Amino acid sequence: MEFEIKPRSKFSLGLKELWEYRELFYFFTWRDVKVKYKQTVLGFLWAILQPLFMTVIFTVFLGESISAKTHLPIPYPVFALSGMLLWGIFSSGMSNAANSMVNNANIIKKIYFPRLIIPISALLGALIDFFVAIPVFIITLFIYKVELNFSALLFLPVSVFITCLSAMGCGLLLAALNVKYRDVRYIIPFLVQGLLFITPVLFPSNISQNPIAQFFLQLNPLSGALELTRALFTGYTINMETVFLSMAVSVLLFITGVVYFRKTEGYFADLA
Amino acid sequence: MIHHEQQPYLSLRDSISTIFKRKHTKEDFWALKDVSFDVMPGDTVGIIGKNGAGKSTLLKILSKITPPTSGKITGRGRIASLLEVGTGFHPELSGRENVFMNGSILGMRRSEILKNFDAIIDFAGVEKFIDTPLKHYSSGMQLRLAFAVAAFLENEILIIDEVLAVGDAEFQKKCMGKMSDVSKSGRTILFVSHNMSAIAQLCASSVFLINGTVRQTGKTEDVIGAYINLSSGNNESIFRPQNRLGPGEVTVTNLTLNKKELLSGEKMTLTFSLSKKVPISSVYLDFRIDNHMGEKCVWISDKLTIKPKEDTSVDKVIYEIPRLNLNIGIYHITYCLFINNRVEDMADNCLAFDVMENNFYPNWKFPPKEQANVLADFTTHYE
Repeated sequence: MEFEIKPRSKFSLGLKELWEYRELFYFFTWRDVKVKYKQTVLGFLWAILQPLFMTVIFTVFLGESISAKTHLPIPYPVFALSGMLLWGIFSSGMSNAANSMVNNANIIKKIYFPRLIIPISALLGALIDFFVAIPVFIITLFIYKVELNFSALLFLPVSVFITCLSAMGCGLLLAALNVKYRDVRYIIPFLVQGLLFITPVLFPSNISQNPIAQFFLQLNPLSGALELTRALFTGYTINMETVFLSMAVSVLLFITGVVYFRKTEGYFADLA
Repeated sequence: MIHHEQQPYLSLRDSISTIFKRKHTKEDFWALKDVSFDVMPGDTVGIIGKNGAGKSTLLKILSKITPPTSGKITGRGRIASLLEVGTGFHPELSGRENVFMNGSILGMRRSEILKNFDAIIDFAGVEKFIDTPLKHYSSGMQLRLAFAVAAFLENEILIIDEVLAVGDAEFQKKCMGKMSDVSKSGRTILFVSHNMSAIAQLCASSVFLINGTVRQTGKTEDVIGAYINLSSGNNESIFRPQNRLGPGEVTVTNLTLNKKELLSGEKMTLTFSLSKKVPISSVYLDFRIDNHMGEKCVWISDKLTIKPKEDTSVDKVIYEIPRLNLNIGIYHITYCLFINNRVEDMADNCLAFDVMENNFYPNWKFPPKEQANVLADFTTHYE
């Protein structure tokens, strides 16, 4: 096996190399998940409790008024929880990925492997949390006796995929910037908080007719993802325009993130 | 090439503020330039040089951590770099989990780790605690586990940075043994160290770097010789007395050595210069050599051999040690000057000097530093 080490000239994704190191995805994800819940009493329950708390708070304080104003066809808690679960993939996926390079600086400085593995594994960790929380969601569906549109189950993977692409795009961009500008670390929490309110997670997108609000809600790649998820409940119709726009935006975000990350990763070891 | 600017950490504010400044002072610094050498399969090559010579940069480039600005390296085989042991160890994970994590970061396949798992645990000697979180391990145990994983790497090319500079003497010996086994197994090793005896023991050929360029390549013996020659005697030791006592009518104004970095086993000459404000009738001077820990090693005095010099015209006291039998390390000199049989001037740690490696014993070997300061010639007979 011959190899060459030389200055990077042309852009490539490095898929072949990622495949060679595929086992590392497993190990990094496994480590992140393991370490996250080590020495906690509730362990994996935390993956469920976080979205559940938000849902309860919003149901108690805003649930009725949101339902009334937007003519929700399903009980508000089901609506909010479905949003929060998908939002969990995006928010923790993005922020884990964004911090991952700096958090693993000691490894990056000492050993080589395709750098993309670290942020991607960080996202996979968030995805595992999502799957852990699914049973609780199913229980909620039973409690509120929501009727399901089972053919829409096929949309669920697409929805998760769009969410992952967007989370990865933002995460990679922020991760690369974070290595160079530590300011990013402080931007992330408030970015996540802000994004939650321009995403139809806890309220449907028809809550405001303000054109600025509509512009952000439509452009938001999670709008389409949420639309696809909620197609699961009978009484919902999918706005295909939103879905296609979301797909396009998420792909664009992903490409931007990957290209910027790949272009700058050579100097991570010097700056991290 | 590394661009170095004034601030190691950039922040957005700095970048924005520099947009408005016309002159952005940026200086190019080449950590390595025109470095070229060949390593054949099965060779064990040492890389030596002072701090800042570019050794670590070379290793970083060889192990693909940092891409080169220009130039090319061609190789054949799987490459593994050990710039430190235990990369990726996490205190919350158990010993077993860390072996897998660390192994896979180093580039081992899961199947390889499984195959060698028992041997790794055995080498590290941590069977009992293998499912205990790493944070409960002693630092020695962590180190042994880390080295054990690295020792079972099966890559054809190994790049090793001074991983041997850690651990106790016994463990270092074990590591050296393992390293020489590995080098005999036909694999290619690039080894960076400040420890000349380790280099001499392991590497047949070596590369000597200086200021980012290759100074010399060739047989390890010659290269080490060149390194030692160049690094010794290049700057003067400074006479800087501390805790000085005495009336000060006659004082030592300077102390010079024949070389700053002396080689063990070499001739050492100490010249004490005196300044006199009053006439003197007799003079003698003691001095002591302490190691960097302040442990007393050698005490030398005229009183041991001759009578104090009855002379009024002395301005210099010169001591000569024909064969300096000190272990490698940094030493300090403390002196005491007697004039007319009373203490006239004394000071602690007035001068520091380095004792460098040499072939005092064959193979550039030296006793472990914590075992001995002073060396002795010897012969052995087995009967």
